[in-house]
Amino acid sequence: MSDEKPQPTVHLSDKRKLEARRRFLRSIFLGAAMLCVSAAGYIPVLREWRVRMRPPGALEEADFLSSCIKCGQCVQVCPVQAIKLDDIDHGFGVGVPYIDSRKQACDFSCDAVQCILACPTGALVYKKPVFMPTRNEMKLASPPILLAKESSPEPTLNLKERSGLAVLARPEKCLARQGKGIKGAARGAAFEGTMRFMEVDRWKPIPLRDHPYDLELCDLCVRTCPIKGAISLESVVENGVTIKTPVVHEPCVGCGVCEMVCPPELAAIVVEARRGWSI
Amino acid sequence: MMNKYLESVRVMLGGEPRKPQPADYTEEAKTIHFYKKTEKLDFEALKLEAREHQKKGRWLRRRWTALLAINLLFTVSFWFDVQVLEGALTASRMLGFHLIDLNSALQVMLAHKHIIVNLLIGTGTVFVLWLLLGGRTFCSWVCPYHLLAEIAERLHVYLVEKKKITDHAFHRGTRTVFWLMFALMAIVTGYTVFETISPTGIVSRALIYGPGLALGWVAVLLAFEIFYSRRAWCRYVCPIGLTYGVVGVFSPVHVSYKLANCHHEGDCRKVCEVPHVLECVIKGRAPAAQMDIGADCTRCGMCIDVCPSGALAFEIRGLTKIM
Repeated sequence: MSDEKPQPTVHLSDKRKLEARRRFLRSIFLGAAMLCVSAAGYIPVLREWRVRMRPPGALEEADFLSSCIKCGQCVQVCPVQAIKLDDIDHGFGVGVPYIDSRKQACDFSCDAVQCILACPTGALVYKKPVFMPTRNEMKLASPPILLAKESSPEPTLNLKERSGLAVLARPEKCLARQGKGIKGAARGAAFEGTMRFMEVDRWKPIPLRDHPYDLELCDLCVRTCPIKGAISLESVVENGVTIKTPVVHEPCVGCGVCEMVCPPELAAIVVEARRGWSI
Repeated sequence: MMNKYLESVRVMLGGEPRKPQPADYTEEAKTIHFYKKTEKLDFEALKLEAREHQKKGRWLRRRWTALLAINLLFTVSFWFDVQVLEGALTASRMLGFHLIDLNSALQVMLAHKHIIVNLLIGTGTVFVLWLLLGGRTFCSWVCPYHLLAEIAERLHVYLVEKKKITDHAFHRGTRTVFWLMFALMAIVTGYTVFETISPTGIVSRALIYGPGLALGWVAVLLAFEIFYSRRAWCRYVCPIGLTYGVVGVFSPVHVSYKLANCHHEGDCRKVCEVPHVLECVIKGRAPAAQMDIGADCTRCGMCIDVCPSGALAFEIRGLTKIM
């Protein structure tokens, strides 16, 4: 069939060759450009702009980023909408879930850590596979007891590891240490965060602002902590004066409720993501 | 028989479609080609006449409806908590069944190097689904970026017609290189590098969980396609398209071409996202009276909509024979 075609002139075939060469060069450029753009996702990861608080049961950060398929099913099952998805400024972390505990902490009001159940790829797991690297200080000594279901036959949460640890980062802000109480909403009338209060509604979390307090001495971090024995108010002697101060204990899983409810403008107590228990 | 599939894969990976050798032509095709040479019909008039009676954009309407319905089902499931289709396009659960995007799953498997059962189940379900429905059918019937790119493409074609810009083609093999590159990067770095820049994932999540900065990247891609290169992402970059393309090689759902009906005026190639699959519609090129369009075809149906003589139609292999 091709022999019927008139022979293309030299001029035309030159033009075609030139176009083919240009196309080839353009393609190389396109490849290089895409390589650069996708490699740019490395920058935030390498610099660890912010160590993110991940949902309960998350693998160590590098494993978590590689195994998360960025579908947001964990976001959809969370009854308090604590889980959000990161944006492209987090590089490879785009579409990966995180929790901003100060805005909305995980209070385990789902009772069963639903986000782990929803995860299709094992980025969030109840129990890490044996070959997955883990740090000893992340392991919980015993299954955490959820105070909300303490009286039920199975009161524990199916968690083997903590996702972080609460730390009294700004002791000078702590109301208890100053001997101050709290009257009204913990975080003011404009705060949007929600929480489950067993005495109000077993199944429905309510806005924190609709649950005012009137306390002589602030102990919100202790009183709202969903885990048994994770935090307590202790008497200590500092500069010859006996004061009350919150003390975090080993059962702390790093859920962040204490950080969310802490009344000062800047929270006295915060959860540090991926921090383990060390004495 | 096997040759046909090999050729279709070769062209999909970036090879130039081969002109058939004289020996490749069937007797039937030879006869049709012979009579076509003597035909002296006014094809332009026939086309205009056909256009008047044709239903405009029949498949386009169906396809856009399906695409919007699927993507909005995700959104509605989350917003109104109806729990029909939970998750995003990368991975989801339909009434409890795991569905996982094949390319996303591949990236996760390569990066994480550990596969759990749910991931395998979801991937298997989706694999069978697109094996039956035609592989790249995902692109044109589901991918939300495809819809945005189609709108950008119209702008691009308009600007080219007005001679404001010119189109810049790339080598189609670039997409194969990208596929390998992204796979390699996932293995080496241990991160799902492609997911960071995948407009499919970004747009899907934006529709469900709300917009973010990542849409800026999608805007850059669309601008590139409008002003520089027609359908550049889908044609030359997207590894998702290639993954689904490979899945659809043996798919029963495909576009079928009838040589006898064809007027060879070439409108189908003008609207096609992947015109290299339509080489056979060029006058004298079809080696058989009936041809299956290759694996790279997205089954979007634009060629069927635009064909004035009914030479192109959807076909389900096996089913058509029974009926």
